Amino acid sequence: MAEHSHHKSYLEEGGVKSWFTTLDHKRIGIMYLFTTMFFFAVGGIFGLLVRLELLQPGPLFSPDLYNKFFTLHGAIMIFMFIIPNIPAALGNFFLPIHIGAKDVAFPRLNLASYYIFVGGATLLILSLLTGGVDTGWTFYTPYSIRTATSVVLATLGVFVMGFSGILTGLNFMTTVHKLRAPGMTFYRMPLFIWAIYATAIIQVLATPVIGITTLLLVMERVLGVGFFDPKLGGDPVLFQHFFWFYSHPAVYIMILPGMGIVSEVIPVFSRKHIFGYKAIAYSSLAIAFISFIVWGHHMFVSSQSPLANFLFSILTMFVAVPTAIKIFNWTATLYKGSIQLKTPMLYALAFIFLFTIGGLTGLFLAALSVDVHLHDTYFVVAHFHYVMMGGTVMGLLAGLHYWWPKMFGKMYPETLGKISWAFNFVGFNVTFLPQFWLGSDGMPRRYHDYLPQYAHWNLVSTVGSWLIGAGMLLMFGYFIASLFKKEKAADNPWGGKTLEWQISSPPPVHNFEKTPVITEGPYEYGQP
Amino acid sequence: MFRLLSRSSLPQASTLAPKVDVLYDFILWISLISFVAVIGALIYFVFRYRRRTESDKTPYITGHSVAENAVAVGLLAVVMAIFAWGWIGYKEIIQSPAEALEIQILGRQWLWQVEYDNGRTLVNELVVPKGKPVQLIMTSADVLHSFYVPDFRLKQDLVPGAYTKLWFEATEAGEHQVFCAEYCGTAHAQMFAKVKVLEPEEYARWQAEGGQAQVAATTGGKKGAAHSVHLAVNLAEKGRQVFTQKGCMACHAVEKGKILVGPSLFGIFGKQETLADGSKVVVDENYLRESLMDPQLKLVKGFPPLMPTFRGVLTDEEVNALVAYVKSLK
Repeated sequence: MAEHSHHKSYLEEGGVKSWFTTLDHKRIGIMYLFTTMFFFAVGGIFGLLVRLELLQPGPLFSPDLYNKFFTLHGAIMIFMFIIPNIPAALGNFFLPIHIGAKDVAFPRLNLASYYIFVGGATLLILSLLTGGVDTGWTFYTPYSIRTATSVVLATLGVFVMGFSGILTGLNFMTTVHKLRAPGMTFYRMPLFIWAIYATAIIQVLATPVIGITTLLLVMERVLGVGFFDPKLGGDPVLFQHFFWFYSHPAVYIMILPGMGIVSEVIPVFSRKHIFGYKAIAYSSLAIAFISFIVWGHHMFVSSQSPLANFLFSILTMFVAVPTAIKIFNWTATLYKGSIQLKTPMLYALAFIFLFTIGGLTGLFLAALSVDVHLHDTYFVVAHFHYVMMGGTVMGLLAGLHYWWPKMFGKMYPETLGKISWAFNFVGFNVTFLPQFWLGSDGMPRRYHDYLPQYAHWNLVSTVGSWLIGAGMLLMFGYFIASLFKKEKAADNPWGGKTLEWQISSPPPVHNFEKTPVITEGPYEYGQP
Repeated sequence: MFRLLSRSSLPQASTLAPKVDVLYDFILWISLISFVAVIGALIYFVFRYRRRTESDKTPYITGHSVAENAVAVGLLAVVMAIFAWGWIGYKEIIQSPAEALEIQILGRQWLWQVEYDNGRTLVNELVVPKGKPVQLIMTSADVLHSFYVPDFRLKQDLVPGAYTKLWFEATEAGEHQVFCAEYCGTAHAQMFAKVKVLEPEEYARWQAEGGQAQVAATTGGKKGAAHSVHLAVNLAEKGRQVFTQKGCMACHAVEKGKILVGPSLFGIFGKQETLADGSKVVVDENYLRESLMDPQLKLVKGFPPLMPTFRGVLTDEEVNALVAYVKSLK
């Protein structure tokens, strides 16, 4: 593809100002990537501090400081990293390229989304500087109304960041509908795009609810209007319904894009057509739909009515079906493949391994009688870390390694990549597997200190967190160092069939010299 | 890894616990089998079909809808069975027997107040008979709490402004740990209590003694007098017990210079303290008593107004004992 070399890459032109005023989806994607990865590091440090406190029984930090640490760990990871990261960074960069478009449908709106996100994130950071927040990322009432900490700024931050997600979602949906290249039918779209599309639907429909909820909370704190505090005539459980009506779909906002990446990486590194394309595509939409009607499974012991518990338990069980189909199909794709274990593939396989554990442990929590015991214990903490970190973050790291040569035109070092993967994968299991046992032994979550019978597994878990810390530090290091390498990466180092691999690395400013015409699907490997 | 196959190290101390554990085990086995099948296939494929040459040929397989549907239907059957089993178990958890002994629980930051029908009040201690159904009627004075007894496999949130219920029948005499499982602020992780399960006849005795002690305290009868003699001998020691029982230690340290939620009580007696409004007060018997009954009235500077009132919770004797205990801390 040497003939591309005279086309300027999107990285070449202009100084700092050209970046901050850019309308290029690729540059906006890169800005999101750096911003959200920075927050990933910050959230990770808070996570390490939480584990450090729990290294052994007895206090290290004061209870109030610890409560702020776990709140910030959760709030930063959820609202400032895991929700925006894959869609707004990798999605922004690759969605237009994957469908043969020059940009998203509304490039200015795209840049506005970024600045709105930065604005909201700034508010949340300000709350940290004005005393921090100690409510947990869930902001449960009436505690969040009565605590003296900086709840208003934090929730306003969440409110503002929500708009960024809504606008990005709208932008992506419109782009998928209106800007596909000739011949790019829905069934020829890469599965990553199906996943991003399903995510966008949830973002547009669900995010307004968290916006309203946080505003009500602010009104109650600032103006004393009684929505949630029984002292003012409100209902604290109502807040939980509002909160989870958004935050449960949000869990799928977080996981679907990771699933999309895995669906890209596995066929490429197996040289096989994806197994069950339509089933994977539609299962993304099915998950998006079911995500709206299961929020009450967070509230089985909240005093919610038995009928509601009955319905939410049975509906939650349905989530297992589309999820299992995906896992089955990814595994089946490997069958008779030509499997190459490069770092992206290792992360994709880690995703399947860890997400399967995350999904299966969800069954314990969906079963009513067992959840009464396990709710709000470390079992839940372990479960959602297996889904969110074992799932989404492993998916992200698969995507980051897979697309790094495309995004920056530089290859990451393969051996260091594998070493870092081993630290992250082993460290993850050492950290979170023991938490299942802590939970089934009854250790509640959000505990600053614990009884001596929990000391053993807590120690193991904290040591695991250091392994993850080492793996991530190494990864951040080699990624940054690779940017200064002289050697250029190949245009298509993995032999991928999707459109981004048919253009130069890094891509030219307008992606394609002329609009591509699509004649086949994205996974045409193997011999018919 | 040995833990993988065992559910938990907890005793099964209620009639419901073994039933919950059986379902837990069932799901655990289903999960292990599914996990081994999926990950076993994955690992086998990765080794069996590893790339040998750059020109490896692979077959063109786009899916197998029969296999996919079979997975979907088979899985649906399994998860529906898990759901139904969970629901059956849950119905038992929520339907209390009619003859259950009713006890009131009031959660507050950061202690559990337990009140019996006869007006007897305990803090951080719930005494119940073995083998009899007990119904807890619970509410919160401030924020959400959750009454969690791992040994019973039971948990229920306490919601301010509303009552929630939780019933159980204990099957093992002895002490069982109670946690607060819903995050409630600073001392959430210290909001402990114990369920003390007594043999029925012991429980009857405990109940009778409790009644007598109260009669004695109010009428100053013969038994009460004897009790007082005992207290006079060892008032500070009695105060130390009250201090632990009533949960004071969650917020007040008794070591020098150690600050939890409230001030350390070490060496505080006779000392001059600066209050939030700048005025000064000398810590004496009256100040200590007032601070127990009306904690916000004279708040020491630099501490948040978090302490609940103990009016109606502590008897006069207990207050006296506490004051004696605080005096002894130096």
